[in-house]
Amino acid sequence: MRALTAPLELVALALRYSLAGIVAHPWRTRAWVVGLIAIALVFAFGSTLERLPVTSVQLGYRGTAMEAEYNPRLLKPEIEANRLLPALPAVPDAGIPSSKAYKNIKVLQTADANQFLRQMGAFANWINPAAGCAYCHSLNNMASDSLYTKTVTRRMIQMTREINTNWKAHVGGVGVTCYTCHRGNSIPQNVWFTEPPPGAGHGLAETGTGQGSPDKASGLTTLASDPFTPFLLNAMPIRVTGVSDLNIGNNASTKQAEWTYGLMMHFATSLGVACTYCHNTNNFASWDQGTPNRVPAWYGIRMVRDLNRNYMLPLTNVFPAGRKGPMGDVAKINCATCHQGAYKPFYGASDLAAYPLLAQRNTP
Amino acid sequence: MAMLNFEYKYRVRGGTLVGGDLFDFWVGPFYVGFFGVTTAFFSLVGTLLIIWGAAIGPTWNVWRINIAPPDLSYGLGFAPLREGGLWQWITFCALGAFCSWALRMVEIARKLGMGLHVPIAFSGAILAYFTLEVIRPVLMGGWGHGFPYGILSHLDWVSNVGYQHLQFHYNPAHMIAVTFFFTTTFILAMHGGAVLSSLNPPGDEPVKTSAHEDSFFRDLIVYSIGPLGIHRLGWFCAINAGVWSAICIVISGPLWTRGWPEWWNWWLNLPFWR
Repeated sequence: MRALTAPLELVALALRYSLAGIVAHPWRTRAWVVGLIAIALVFAFGSTLERLPVTSVQLGYRGTAMEAEYNPRLLKPEIEANRLLPALPAVPDAGIPSSKAYKNIKVLQTADANQFLRQMGAFANWINPAAGCAYCHSLNNMASDSLYTKTVTRRMIQMTREINTNWKAHVGGVGVTCYTCHRGNSIPQNVWFTEPPPGAGHGLAETGTGQGSPDKASGLTTLASDPFTPFLLNAMPIRVTGVSDLNIGNNASTKQAEWTYGLMMHFATSLGVACTYCHNTNNFASWDQGTPNRVPAWYGIRMVRDLNRNYMLPLTNVFPAGRKGPMGDVAKINCATCHQGAYKPFYGASDLAAYPLLAQRNTP
Repeated sequence: MAMLNFEYKYRVRGGTLVGGDLFDFWVGPFYVGFFGVTTAFFSLVGTLLIIWGAAIGPTWNVWRINIAPPDLSYGLGFAPLREGGLWQWITFCALGAFCSWALRMVEIARKLGMGLHVPIAFSGAILAYFTLEVIRPVLMGGWGHGFPYGILSHLDWVSNVGYQHLQFHYNPAHMIAVTFFFTTTFILAMHGGAVLSSLNPPGDEPVKTSAHEDSFFRDLIVYSIGPLGIHRLGWFCAINAGVWSAICIVISGPLWTRGWPEWWNWWLNLPFWR
């Protein structure tokens, strides 16, 4: 019995003496309490941060702080997640075009029949490896257009060719394949839909203008919840700063600046970079002080608009309702669709050369 | 130079930290001391180095003179004088001058039998500078992460570092620092206003005392911290402004490479509502 109560007595004694201590030395007690709370706060705050060492890449003249900062521990899984699939082995030509070997060929009709088949195999790997051919084809009749996915795929092949031939100003020699966006998913993981008008009130502190709730589209800020519809579908002016010293005649509002800021947050988070990857922030508008990276970015904006308007929008009625957004619109493209967190998709690795059918110009 | 009648009282011998009686004298109204000499030395050398940097630079326009740190490729090594070496030596001189000045404050405080409140407060500002130009660059592995010496160029640096983290106002330590800056200037303004109005009453009214100041603030905000307390509060807020500035910049880069908005995900990820 004595052994059982001893620990309790110890606790009681400790309490009694600490209480006596508080009464006798209030200042010292306060110092201890404040110190312990401070240590607890430092540990709690520290646990939310990253740790050293970090790496950085200089992007501008020394001392301008134009640089990209990376934590190698965060970058490693990103690099792992952005790897190309091994290219399918090359096959010898069959000697006849696919249009002679198969029926109902509408886009790749001039391709050699064997190269055509190899490309079809790659499509299956890239887009829906589980369903394979059956995702787009009726297995009883491969030539049939009964599945909507086949119609979509034809248009997507044309879109890929359009990007690789007419938008070299953005994609350079790296180019894109279906896998750049799809990564084994039938719907690319990063697509966007037009959001319902703001004020829907999803967040505790969300305001009638949609602010006060963190938006993934705007890099988790409370800026615009849908910066894509005005800029990446429509061609609203992105620039809000004036061109004259005193900003004469510039009627752009703070609100407009927030939409632009939201779009720029999307650019940065999609590419895993910060504003200084393209801009010297002392004058965002100045091409002289920006970096050369801003040039492909400028073309990228035009490219995405072109693709959304001329390739995605016309497919609206092809998709079933379940594939559409809350406003009944088709899934659309933004920077994250291809980049997926990397400054170049797959950090600049390219297997387009292994799939030459996707690098050909569309036949009119 | 003639001394004011109360100055004799303050010209106390001794209390020096270094050099004994050697520099324990006044030049005109200024106490010299060992650290006064080192302050003058570092200030002069540092200023001349800045003028040298301006002379070999492209402009004499004071707004645009820029003495930049080395390229990141130099890491934590020495750079040639024209390519950031000047910046390194100017930084050294600046820290020498700031620390000398703080130690001179200590000597004066010892002469007057005061506490070290003034040098401690000034050390908060030195800590912020030391963090910006030494601690953070060392943690990130390159002197090139320091800010350049130039009126406009250092502002460009501030802007770019802010945008490096997409939206710097989401930096929690920056929020705290800004709040302390605003608070300390706000209470300074209120305190200054209270003092000036008690000392300059309208008409022929006699000068008011702290009892009136207390009454005013008790009427206005139900509380007066009192004539001693306001100085302690001002000291506390001012030092915290500098210290939290140092914290907010030392975590930006070394301990957080992403945008600051993303940091707040700990809140969204709390188990209660995730």
